[in-house]
Amino acid sequence: MIIDYPTLKVIWWLLVGVLLVGFAIMDGHDMGVGTLLPFVGRDDVERRVVINTVGPHWDGNQVWFITGGGAIFAAWPLVYATAFSGFYWAMLAVLWPLFFRPVGFDYRSKIHHPVWRSTWDWGLFVGGAVPPLIFGVAFGNLLQGVPFHFDNSLVSYYTGSFWGLLNPFALLCGLVSTAMITCHGAIYLMHRTEGDIHRRSRVAALLFGGVLLVGFSLAGVWLQWIPGYAISSVIDPAALPDPLAKEVVRSAGAWMHNYQNHPATIAVPVLAYLGIATALALAMKGRTLAAFIASSIGVTGVIGTAGVSMFPFILPSSSAPDASLTVWDSVSSHLTLTLMFFATVIFIPIIIAYTRWAYQVMSGKVTAAYVRENSHSAY
Amino acid sequence: MISEQLVDLSRLQFAATAMYHFLFVPLTIGMTWILVIMESVYVMTGRPIYKDMTRFWGKLFGINFALGVTTGITLEFQFGTNWAYYSHYVGDIFGAPLAIEGLMAFFLESTFIGLFFFGWDRLSRKQHLLVTLMMAIGTNLSALWILIANGWMQNPVGAEFSATTMRMEMVDFWAVVFNPDAQAKFVHTVSAGYVTGAMFVLSISAWYLLRGRDVEFAKRSFRIAAAFGLASALSVVVLGDESGYTVGEAQQTKLAAMEAMWETEPAPAGLKLIAGIDEAGMKNDWEIEIPWVLGLIGTRSTDTVLPGLKEILAENRTRIVSGIEAVKALEAVRRNPEDSAARAQLAAHQADLGFGLLLKKYVIDMDQVTPALIDRAAADTIPRVTPLFWTFRLMVALGFAFVVLFALATWYSITGDFADRRWLLHWALWFLPMPWIACEMGWFVAEYGRQPWTIYGVLPTHLSVSTLSVESLYGSLAGFVGFYTVLLIVEMYLMVKFARQGPGSLGTGRYLNETASA
Repeated sequence: MIIDYPTLKVIWWLLVGVLLVGFAIMDGHDMGVGTLLPFVGRDDVERRVVINTVGPHWDGNQVWFITGGGAIFAAWPLVYATAFSGFYWAMLAVLWPLFFRPVGFDYRSKIHHPVWRSTWDWGLFVGGAVPPLIFGVAFGNLLQGVPFHFDNSLVSYYTGSFWGLLNPFALLCGLVSTAMITCHGAIYLMHRTEGDIHRRSRVAALLFGGVLLVGFSLAGVWLQWIPGYAISSVIDPAALPDPLAKEVVRSAGAWMHNYQNHPATIAVPVLAYLGIATALALAMKGRTLAAFIASSIGVTGVIGTAGVSMFPFILPSSSAPDASLTVWDSVSSHLTLTLMFFATVIFIPIIIAYTRWAYQVMSGKVTAAYVRENSHSAY
Repeated sequence: MISEQLVDLSRLQFAATAMYHFLFVPLTIGMTWILVIMESVYVMTGRPIYKDMTRFWGKLFGINFALGVTTGITLEFQFGTNWAYYSHYVGDIFGAPLAIEGLMAFFLESTFIGLFFFGWDRLSRKQHLLVTLMMAIGTNLSALWILIANGWMQNPVGAEFSATTMRMEMVDFWAVVFNPDAQAKFVHTVSAGYVTGAMFVLSISAWYLLRGRDVEFAKRSFRIAAAFGLASALSVVVLGDESGYTVGEAQQTKLAAMEAMWETEPAPAGLKLIAGIDEAGMKNDWEIEIPWVLGLIGTRSTDTVLPGLKEILAENRTRIVSGIEAVKALEAVRRNPEDSAARAQLAAHQADLGFGLLLKKYVIDMDQVTPALIDRAAADTIPRVTPLFWTFRLMVALGFAFVVLFALATWYSITGDFADRRWLLHWALWFLPMPWIACEMGWFVAEYGRQPWTIYGVLPTHLSVSTLSVESLYGSLAGFVGFYTVLLIVEMYLMVKFARQGPGSLGTGRYLNETASA
């Protein structure tokens, strides 16, 4: 096949990263807008303005999430199987809030009653705020390892509980994730609105941007003491994937090894700081589009930092470290990775092109006048 | 050992959430093309009433679409959350079409649906029509990839088992894509969606006509729905026959069960209209049969014999016995990958590995298998006949009824006096729920008929589940029932409200009920 197996395994780590970052940037700003909705929109018209900034786009953006899930299924089936079943209640805690989004957007303004509308507003808040929180908590747990093991037929057994996921470090990661998504959404809202909503979004961007910078730094410091994972046996990257064929040791500071061994990777956390700081500075100057791009770079840096710290681990096991899932031994076959590689590199640019066009068509500020004139067709 | 209660609850949750999702999908699939047709007429004629039609039916389409999206996410999660071993065992093949569906189809559909609703004032007429067309293409491609994934569960081609990775691996992607089961399923399922969309428009238009309101709007909608519905209903019946043919090749068990065909009959076998089924005695007390037809549909020939259930049962028993050797050899290879004797033994019996795994429902250690257990496992390979036999007949009867209704509606559309034939309008109105019933029956026949397998002949349902607690399943099932009940009430309320309000809900000033709310 055109690309050798070890290279493809690493490429797929990058591609899953691209899809997750795409999800955080695109669906993330919708979720941030949802989180801010009840606070930056004080009356019905204002709230409709806020909703209509993402109205034409939330659905397409949500597909980053769906496709990310599908790609993990196709490229890392063992990760998909182990993580989704192990995190059963956490997954449902993501899924059920997501229910409020499609119906919230589409149904909210179809009936005039204030209780109806405010119910869906809070539904959109839950659908915007809870998933990023849970994703952050999940990453916080990945960084500590989660208790699971396999039997000889590779049936996975998860031995932790849902409440065990809510430990202090994981909650800090949840806070970082929520602050990141909310700040990102606030900057988007600044770009698409004017007047009071713009002003309130600006305050929100500063507030959550600040929380993000502080939280991200704290988590970075804390990570020095958290036991990380390292492969201690010899790995053949070209081997057929078998997660039971390696040995793994756990030691504090192991998550810093990649930065020590490959100093160039420090660029990733630096990118996170630079992106966020630049985004806030540009937003304060009113250069909102540039701020949104900078914020997207910051998001890439934050997620990338988690990924680079853990590489090659994807899902470390705290109860049976040798069974940890890594980019080498939890992947699909060479053929499937090859096929999916081509499908991804062909379609992602096409998707970006028509998404860009859709934003171009709908560009400009969403105003109270727009909502009043289109009260029968706008959200 | 995996608890049977866990397996049953996992199945119940999947069936409930998938059948619920499938309440919204067929209408979406069908409506996209009806919107394309209506808008094309608008672009060609420039008459605003066709734009209003596109926008009004589009509004109802949107209410339905929102729940389709909501409930679709559940399914993508659920393979991982509740069917972890399945996801691991076949993810190498099954995951690919799901991911490609997202990349190729769902992005397209979801991005353009936003412009469909919000782009009317910002796009030229032709640009907007292009947007609607992209949305329709995306929706239909989406169905294609999902049904390629589903078709592979029914007829697992293009894949091989690997003992090292302990899973099935793809060896021929194009065999998976051009799986005859998948292709037949795709055309049959989207046609069923088209019928659903056509019936939706036909019924509601008939209601306006019966009330004598918004008559010009309703008449035009009725005609389009009638013609589109006739073409779709014919295609659903003809292509359903195509499904029957491929079922005959890949899944004779399902066909024999659907037909309550206990004995192997001389070719070409007859098609039973109705029968009195004695499940325990493995016979029919009585039956009314049309000679020859089943053999012709099932084999496209007059001399190929279709096996009856008793023969299939006997053959499966043999395969289970051979499968025991495969499972033993696999377990030896897993303990010691260098064991070449075990590898050879596995290679010799690999085709029956799935049949051996059926015994894992009853016993872990293959040395403790008794002939009685083999009999039980073999009996498991025959799905329950009565529900399949009758749901299949209900679906087919409805299919023919759709052809007749749409043919009459089309005929009187051509002669031009359909609006005066109140019996026809009443029929159209009261038939509104029927496509949904037919679609759910079809889903049931296809998936219930596949039992006891998730992947036919490869992976038993029993082994496919996640190792969750029964309490977790009760909890999540209760959550789904609660959420889905509320969502259905809300959706139906809005749908009825806007259907009653009619095109006046657009606020154009041209229709009834113009004072009503947004």
